[in-house]
Amino acid sequence: MATLPHQAVPQDISVRHYRRLTHRRVMWLFAVTALIVCSLLFDLRTGPSGLPLMALLHTVFERASADPATSVIVWQIRLPYAVMALLVGASLGLSGAEMQTVLNNPLASPYTLGVSAAAAFGASLAIVLDIAIPGVSQTWIVSANAFIFALLCALMLDSVARWRGMNTAGVVLLGIALVFAFHALVSLMQFVASADALQGLVFWTLGSLARADWPKISVLAVALALALPLSMRNAWTLTALRLGEDRAASFGIDVRRLRLSTLLRVSVLSALAVSFVGTIGFVGLIAPHIARTLFGEDHRFYLPGSMLIGALTLSLASIASKLIIPGVLIPVGIVTALVGIPLFLGIVVRSQGQVG
Amino acid sequence: MSGLYIHDLSVRYDKRQVLASLEAGPLPRGQITALLGPNGSGKSTLLRALAGLTRVHAGSLSLDGETLALSAASARSHSVVYLPQALPAGVRLQVLESVLVACRATRGYAGSLGRSPHGDDLAHAHTVLHRLGIEGLAARSLDELSGGQRQLVGIAQALVRDPQVLLLDEPLSALDLNHQFHVMQVLREVTRESRIVTVVVLHDINAAMRACECAMLLHEGRIMRFGPPSEVVTPATLSQVFGVAARIEPCSHGHHQVLIDGLAAQTGIASR
Repeated sequence: MATLPHQAVPQDISVRHYRRLTHRRVMWLFAVTALIVCSLLFDLRTGPSGLPLMALLHTVFERASADPATSVIVWQIRLPYAVMALLVGASLGLSGAEMQTVLNNPLASPYTLGVSAAAAFGASLAIVLDIAIPGVSQTWIVSANAFIFALLCALMLDSVARWRGMNTAGVVLLGIALVFAFHALVSLMQFVASADALQGLVFWTLGSLARADWPKISVLAVALALALPLSMRNAWTLTALRLGEDRAASFGIDVRRLRLSTLLRVSVLSALAVSFVGTIGFVGLIAPHIARTLFGEDHRFYLPGSMLIGALTLSLASIASKLIIPGVLIPVGIVTALVGIPLFLGIVVRSQGQVG
Repeated sequence: MSGLYIHDLSVRYDKRQVLASLEAGPLPRGQITALLGPNGSGKSTLLRALAGLTRVHAGSLSLDGETLALSAASARSHSVVYLPQALPAGVRLQVLESVLVACRATRGYAGSLGRSPHGDDLAHAHTVLHRLGIEGLAARSLDELSGGQRQLVGIAQALVRDPQVLLLDEPLSALDLNHQFHVMQVLREVTRESRIVTVVVLHDINAAMRACECAMLLHEGRIMRFGPPSEVVTPATLSQVFGVAARIEPCSHGHHQVLIDGLAAQTGIASR
């Protein structure tokens, strides 16, 4: 302020405190990254055929000289699954974090806004109707259709919200309505499906990493690499949004545009993620909550934090999905739901306790 | 021509005329203007219109002779800051952090991890906290503050943007007596020192008479009176606008106090 006396505040206590806080958050980001690396290695080692760590590392880093059988296991199965788990978890974590901020609702996530359910419906439609395009493999058609429907769902949510000038609570309610609607449609598809199609369909709706391959991984990796810088560019404005919508607007932030563009961007990202692996709930819901306790809500840390937590969560879930019943790969969506619900309840109860 | 002028300002929600051709000014620099009036008289709408948060049907604003745009575009948001009634609860940001965010929200560029805020911004944020006497709260989280502390932090978030015009919607509504006085005192000081045009929606008429140099009484979307509080708040206007029978008498310290005796005879709720 013009007349505000700009007295020097030399290394003031609170400024020092803030710097320490920032430093601590960066350290946390590194710590979570380190945990992800550990989890990734453990995930790669876990499987029906035991694999010593050294052999594993040898196969990963010196593929040419590796044992061919091991190489196939590592490069065709374990590595794609494990990397896909990281990318999907990261995408869902980032999407969930931004959705919760722009909708100012701790229940917002790709799952609760209907994006996942819409993807499941799109996939089931492709499976049941047996849509075929010559020269394109079935799994890509299923994923593409899932993506189209997830995107349509996001666009619908967006346009209805725009058209009715809906507030944030209304958008979340609309999302939940969409979840139920698409679940009903998926059930309808299951009812009319042939036994063969039904099997594929159930497998899809459970959410599984078993369809991961390198081309899909590259597509998702590129999408995430494009989305993250755009998210980070908005870090300050998104944080300002947390001070209240009107206040942010009076700071000169175009709140409507920020909200809609963010919603669209993260919807595309999460739609892509679920279109490759099926319905995986709760990661996009829980990761932001954990990130908030670890990193606070300065979005420069909260967004990457939630992304990393999401990746770690799904990686751990992937390990658990192999360990719960040895020799059987449980669809990872079941694990995230089983582990996620108690975790989520814990967070809700704890945060309620703090407020009350 | 120093101060804020309102020219022919009209706001409609759908078909309903909420503000009808308001004409007022100057809302002087360095002084607090109280917006008074019963519920639904258009106080909050006027404040939001001044902030550029409500679509204005007609009219214009000018500050020191220069026209202000009627939308909260970033060009003017540096000069006009609006504070809603309360900060949202349950936000995990530290006080200093939140002031910093307010300072940098529209600086434009990225918040990449490597680019930590300049020491200048941090020092500036801290200076504002110091000026409001709340630098002790710097490291506290917003979700553990009391209502009064939150209101002061809200003012800090506004001041850090060096506003020319400061708009507050019922800043005292959730506060205890001590904090009511504290907040109004802080507002008076910063308003005077930084020569800000401060506009405050108030329900407490005595607080307005005590702390504000200027008052605007709204009634059914029109300006009933505008001027010094002692001229705006009279038994006649209170009876007409609020429908209450009131006396205004000096207390033993010589301040004018509004005393409400009851409902005005001819203007009960039913007839309004």
